[in-house]
Amino acid sequence: MATLTRRDFLKLTGVSVGTLALSELGFDLARAAEVRQTLRIAGATQSHSICPYCAVGCSLIAYTRKEPDGSVKLLQIEGDPDSPVNEGRLCPKGATAMQLATSNRRVEQPLYRAPGASSWQKVSWDFVLDKLARNIKATRDRTFVTTDAAGHVVNRCEGMAFAGGAAFSSEEGYFAVKVMRGLGVVFIEQQARV
Amino acid sequence: MTNHWRDIKNSDLILINGANPAEAHPVGFQWFMRAKLDPQRGPGNGGGAKIIHADPRFSRTSAVADIYLRIRTGTDVAYFGGLINYVLQHNLHHAEYVTHYTNASFIVKEGYGFTDGLFAAYDPEHRAYDTKAWGYELDEQGFAKRDMTLQHPRCVFQLMKQHYARYTPEMVSRITGIPQDDFLKVAQLVGQMGRPDKVMTIVYAVGLTHHTTGGQLIRSGAVLQLLLGNIGRPGGGMNAERGHANIQGNTDHAISWEILPGYLAIPSPGERTLDDYVREKAPKKLDPNAWNFFGTNYRKFMVSLLKAWYGDAATKENDFAFNYIPKPAGNSSWMSIYDQALKGKMEGVILSGMTATSIGPDSNQVLQALANLKWLVVMDAFPTTSSEFWHGPGMDPAKIQTEVFLLPCTHWIEKDGTFVNSGRWVQWKDQVIPPQGEARHDHWILADLFHRVKQLYEREGGAFPDPVMHLTMNYKDPLRPELDEIAQEINGKNLVTGKRLATFAALKDDGTTIAGDWIYTGHYPESGNLTKRREGVQDPQKNDPTGMGFYPNWAWSWPLNRRVMYNRASADLQGRPWDPKRPGIQWNGHRWVGDVPDYPPTMSPSDPKAWLPFIMTGEGTGRLFSSTMIDGPFPEHYEPVESPIENPLHPRVSSSPVAFLYDKAAGRPNRFGTAEEFPIIATTYRLTEHEHYITQQVPHLVQLQPEAFVELPEGLAREKGIKTGDMVRVRSKRGEIRVRAIVTRRLGQLDLGGTKVYQIGIPIHWGFVGVSAELFPEKSQHWLANSLTPFVGDANARTPEFKAFLVNVEKMA
Repeated sequence: MATLTRRDFLKLTGVSVGTLALSELGFDLARAAEVRQTLRIAGATQSHSICPYCAVGCSLIAYTRKEPDGSVKLLQIEGDPDSPVNEGRLCPKGATAMQLATSNRRVEQPLYRAPGASSWQKVSWDFVLDKLARNIKATRDRTFVTTDAAGHVVNRCEGMAFAGGAAFSSEEGYFAVKVMRGLGVVFIEQQARV
Repeated sequence: MTNHWRDIKNSDLILINGANPAEAHPVGFQWFMRAKLDPQRGPGNGGGAKIIHADPRFSRTSAVADIYLRIRTGTDVAYFGGLINYVLQHNLHHAEYVTHYTNASFIVKEGYGFTDGLFAAYDPEHRAYDTKAWGYELDEQGFAKRDMTLQHPRCVFQLMKQHYARYTPEMVSRITGIPQDDFLKVAQLVGQMGRPDKVMTIVYAVGLTHHTTGGQLIRSGAVLQLLLGNIGRPGGGMNAERGHANIQGNTDHAISWEILPGYLAIPSPGERTLDDYVREKAPKKLDPNAWNFFGTNYRKFMVSLLKAWYGDAATKENDFAFNYIPKPAGNSSWMSIYDQALKGKMEGVILSGMTATSIGPDSNQVLQALANLKWLVVMDAFPTTSSEFWHGPGMDPAKIQTEVFLLPCTHWIEKDGTFVNSGRWVQWKDQVIPPQGEARHDHWILADLFHRVKQLYEREGGAFPDPVMHLTMNYKDPLRPELDEIAQEINGKNLVTGKRLATFAALKDDGTTIAGDWIYTGHYPESGNLTKRREGVQDPQKNDPTGMGFYPNWAWSWPLNRRVMYNRASADLQGRPWDPKRPGIQWNGHRWVGDVPDYPPTMSPSDPKAWLPFIMTGEGTGRLFSSTMIDGPFPEHYEPVESPIENPLHPRVSSSPVAFLYDKAAGRPNRFGTAEEFPIIATTYRLTEHEHYITQQVPHLVQLQPEAFVELPEGLAREKGIKTGDMVRVRSKRGEIRVRAIVTRRLGQLDLGGTKVYQIGIPIHWGFVGVSAELFPEKSQHWLANSLTPFVGDANARTPEFKAFLVNVEKMA
């Protein structure tokens, strides 16, 4: 009993042990299994994630269920007991990660604020991407330096900056750098410095 | 981190500076507590590791520390310098390690010196040193001369002894405010950590980096660790706690102006060819036994990157498209972006998961900078103080001509890919749920945007379109690349065989290999994506064979799944672990075993040509003295730019003589305050319940910490007639906040050689956007902590001095 880990407990309370009666846990597992049937993670799909906040890198288990309408519902997020980093533990932020994952406070469609305007306008993705592509090209063409005053080839775009990415997946960050350097951007920054 | 979270349990002594892990990294803190509660750990005969917390504010970390030191913010160089001096004066350094594994024996060439606060070769007009004046004395072959007896008056060891002799306990106390007795108690504990069977770790966070001397604050800790022989060992190292989920991964992949992926330097103007670039940027071999692995392979890593980005357009004939890589005119970091905007030279800014307004520094000035842009893009899952800046405090939307785009992005759980933690563990995560609303992945937005820009160049031409035209997009759907495909590109492959590579040792400079980031080569070999591995604590016997907590088959850590960097230094010259109970790697007669060796796996220690232990440096050793820092080869204490006292060591050169002063250089009015007007020291920090600004969108966390506040020490509050719950105004030269006061004994007064000063503390989390802001629409206009912070940063890294500045406080009517 004293050596029972949380993981063992989870195993013991899993589907395969539903037939056990009074167990080494000291209480009736069959009863516990019945109760489990009503848990909100019953029958859920289990996925692995990592906490999105600080960089301890706590592993998370996320439970989802496919709803009758085909949508996927996030049911629960909890610490992953297998991780050598967090061994299942989470802090207040990690423990409330559900409220960051799905929120009615999200921005759900592109917004545009015209020069001098006092409000946002809801717009389409095509609208913003076309307009931005135009802006980027115009800025790049206006501020691109192929050769500096000393006669050195520098091929840089001085008039735009890219910053961000502390919550990117690494691969996204790599891709952002590739695209920005491809455009000749030199002002590139992320949260490591600030 | 040189080491990793779980490894902290292997320590005997834990020094925590500029960090509050119990509150800011609470789950990581369990490993500190496990060391403390392990009777095998600790100085002397064990009895549990000792924790020493040096911080301006008594926090939950301090509450479980064995010794808490109230230190004046930004003075940790004096603290570490004092410890260095104590170790040297009492001959407590790890002699064999220092002689053979550091550059203590290297002889510095004539001309180096340090007088009245300035190192040799200072140019006051440009506020810069000629760092070449700090080199080694070289022999005919170009190798550094050494004196293995460490007696030569110009050897690093003697110069260091001389440099730190000034850091007496009296001086440490006068600068830091730490009482001498307390300092000496710590020094006695630290002094025991040079024994081979003892090991100390230093853990830090942005409380060290956010200073005009940030780089040197960290170096001073690293120098101490080298002296004690604690770098490369389990339970040792210099360990940075990162503050966001993937700062580490995105630094590795170079979302940072000065580097390319894998810490290759961005080329400078004047480097016309790859040869020029490698000559200028790659470390030089300085000892016959130095492998100089990075320098030797620099060209291979760069060519493999260029081939990954420019494919067939990168040929031997065109120097692998070297000239497609942009070469910055000068510093292009965070503050430089807004400095350029204030000058009217920056047209557009893309902010992705990062808010300029709240981050600052000097938020009021940053707001002006944003208003100077032609266009601003905010890619985020929620509105931010930047997407909403145009109707922020003091802003008149009608007057702001900036076009603003708010693009809804997916966040972590709506996409897969890896997060890299502070310990360099690269951990894969699943896409758990589909995107909410019309949200799109950031990389899909960038891919689509890039495609549209490219189409415009195809149709219309424009400024040097070649790099845009030729950038590789070798993905199944170039508009929607999968992160798995990108991970494979990062890992790299051999273009002849088509096989993914298992190690960066296989990279070539002839154009036959690609690797998007050489330090990640091996994370996705032919056998599959190793970052998905999950052999963890469910079976410690099987999954942690050495018992040291490496768990080699849980995820993957760079480089090559190594868990402790520089681990050759964990064993003595013969290859035996310094402490057999805590081995990193060891020589078994045929090969190195244990952790993944930071060394050729079969190179015998008895081989006369055996490489020195620090394979990445040109010296082959750790650097007690370094000419790679622009503000001095030895860390030196300088006051913050805003400080209540003059530097006791050298009042005429009080603050950093080389920190870049943006406003002054641009001809803008001075924005630094004086101690007469602003006599109180302020620092900023985060709370357990919030993470920067995003958590303002999480109702449960807002309920836990709903409103902005300032922590004030009791004495100061008494003088000002302030009680807990009162509204107070905190002012700096740059702005003000109006927040509630919490009067607490967590903060106190410091005695700096007779001068009494107070420090106050300001959490950074609040602004005019989010749940709290909606609850308090009027109040929240005055909540931006960074409206107080100074627009100046570290001499080397330009990391802003968020953590030490001057304010005044008054009770509001």
